[in-house]
Amino acid sequence: MAGDKVARTGNEAMAEAMRQINPDVVAAYPITPATEVAQLFSQFVADGKVDTEFVTVESEHSAMSACIGASAGGARAMTATASQGLALMNEMLHIASGLRLPIVMPEVNRALSAPINIHGDHSDTMASKDTGWIQINCENSQEAYDSIIQAVKICEHPDVLLPAMVSDDGFIISHCMEVIHMLSDDEAKKFIGEYKPERFLLDVDRPYTLGALDLQDYYFEHKRQEIEAMNKASKVIVEVGKEFGKKFGREYGLFEEYRMDGAELVILVMGSTAGTTKTVVRELRKNGIKAGLLKLRIFRPFPFKELSDALRGAKALAVMDRSDAFNSFGGPLFEDVRSSLYDLEKKPLITNYIYGLGGRDIGLDAIKGVYDDLKKMTETGKVEQVVNYLGVRE
Amino acid sequence: MAEIKKKGWKELAHGDVLEAGTAAEFETGNWRSERPVRDMNKCISCLICWINCPDSAVILKDGKMTEEFDLKFCKGCGICAKVCPPKIQAIKMVPEKKSGK
Amino acid sequence: MAELLEIRWHGRGGQGAKTVALLFGEAALATGKYIQAFPEYGPERMGAPVQSFNRLCDDEITRHCQVTSPKIVVVLDETLIGQVDVTEGLQEDGSIIVNTTLSPGEMKDKLGLKSQKVYTVNASKIATECIKLDKPNTPMMGALVKVSDFLKLDGVIRDTEHKLKKKFAHKPEVIGGNLDSIKRAYEEVRGE
Repeated sequence: MAGDKVARTGNEAMAEAMRQINPDVVAAYPITPATEVAQLFSQFVADGKVDTEFVTVESEHSAMSACIGASAGGARAMTATASQGLALMNEMLHIASGLRLPIVMPEVNRALSAPINIHGDHSDTMASKDTGWIQINCENSQEAYDSIIQAVKICEHPDVLLPAMVSDDGFIISHCMEVIHMLSDDEAKKFIGEYKPERFLLDVDRPYTLGALDLQDYYFEHKRQEIEAMNKASKVIVEVGKEFGKKFGREYGLFEEYRMDGAELVILVMGSTAGTTKTVVRELRKNGIKAGLLKLRIFRPFPFKELSDALRGAKALAVMDRSDAFNSFGGPLFEDVRSSLYDLEKKPLITNYIYGLGGRDIGLDAIKGVYDDLKKMTETGKVEQVVNYLGVRE
Repeated sequence: MAEIKKKGWKELAHGDVLEAGTAAEFETGNWRSERPVRDMNKCISCLICWINCPDSAVILKDGKMTEEFDLKFCKGCGICAKVCPPKIQAIKMVPEKKSGK
Repeated sequence: MAELLEIRWHGRGGQGAKTVALLFGEAALATGKYIQAFPEYGPERMGAPVQSFNRLCDDEITRHCQVTSPKIVVVLDETLIGQVDVTEGLQEDGSIIVNTTLSPGEMKDKLGLKSQKVYTVNASKIATECIKLDKPNTPMMGALVKVSDFLKLDGVIRDTEHKLKKKFAHKPEVIGGNLDSIKRAYEEVRGE
């Protein structure tokens, strides 16, 4: 069962997970608020606590490039980044997924510049949502720690072979110390197992070419394979989450249904705000209001089918986006959720709230206000305003 | 030349993986408009053409140059003639049609 | 302590407001509580007003919003009063602990508080005598342990000693002084 109960910040929890994974290669470049992850890890390297080859690089683009080289060579490779760092990596993110390299990257959500801001919102990972990476969003340090360990197993599964980023909210989680249960080093090591890639470039007995020109005649087929791998990842994510639960008592799925039994008013949200929403849901339920929360954990692959099943009984649904898609119809999470519900015969009334940009605090009252709006919607049967901006000064 | 049947996405090896040595199956000889001709009286067997040939079409025997080129693969790029030392100039590129068999 | 307890620390950059929130959080964890400890990040400069926060509860803490109505406020530097609204959002039955030479009554007048309890302790003097440095954060933790009354002093001392031994492995001479300062402030804090 579970090992130590310790106090760790999100960044410390992520670094501890990396230590227990003991990757062959880590290449990283510092960026607030994710700097500590690689910094703490480099201390583990210096102290001889891991066997990792730590590559200091001159940018995040190079960090991802080095990880791609290492991973193609047959190594278990990791890096960590945030915000502008992830944006600078963007070109290489597509290459990692296109070459089917199971790189795992702790990522700390931070607003994208400009205006420059170091605090937590989801604009960075949302800008990377179509890079072919698995995206796991975490509510707190515990989930971040558990999910990084699971991600290794998910990515390296022969049906998947895709990279994954595991995110938590900048400062709100990354710099907040809270209680987490850690696995023992041995448990973690056994859970992820040894990395035995089927093909790797340093295999001198079976040489091959990777990343050759792939034009009109084959590119489409290779991309179709990648799409299929993403589809299959859903199943593997659930399997690994179940196995983790069986072994360590904390089960994970594509999303968490919190007080969804008979829930009529539902908020769908990712990240730390899900935790705050749980507090509100508990209070509302005490007062007899049928409030529920659907916390999305896996944004890519997007669980269309499973989500629409889970939301079947809701009367009104608020999708909360911590980033905007700029002149699309609502935020990126809203687009996908709304599209998933299109084929339902009886759809809930659906509305979108863009909130918390640049780390703007979202308190209990603001969330309560959203449930009040949902209640009003069910009474009038109408959605007054589909896209709303929550907590911005007019 | 027989049409190669292209594989569908389900049959292809995952990812953009090309097995090593596939160049041997890809005959570039039909790209050629000029072919190299070696004057064995001038050739000093320095092997510079052999090193530089991108298609391994220069044929060695017992460590010495031969008159022959592997025309299945020689695409007539002319690198061998270009790198042949200026004082030697043993290789000439000759238009295919005129020398045609 | 079935209810959630929220604490806000006020200090100046360099006085250890962040560190003490972490130390206090860890000491509470050692007694089996669920905890959070987090600083407010902004432009960080030595001397600039900073805040940090603690949450403690017997049950798991799921909320991750800011602390806006603390039960206890701890002020490491009384020169902040007037510059920063240290009593902002303080609960009606809450408490504030200030590092000052003033008596609790005098401080209560200065802060203009009515229902809340005011505690004072000269933590700077204690720190200067025990640690030989005006670092009022650890003595103020001693005062907080006394005022909040849900952690045992022995436990806090034991846990803090353990933590400081790790943090100050290269400077072990400061550990004893820090522990003494916690004990002294615990004894010397007065309230009204």
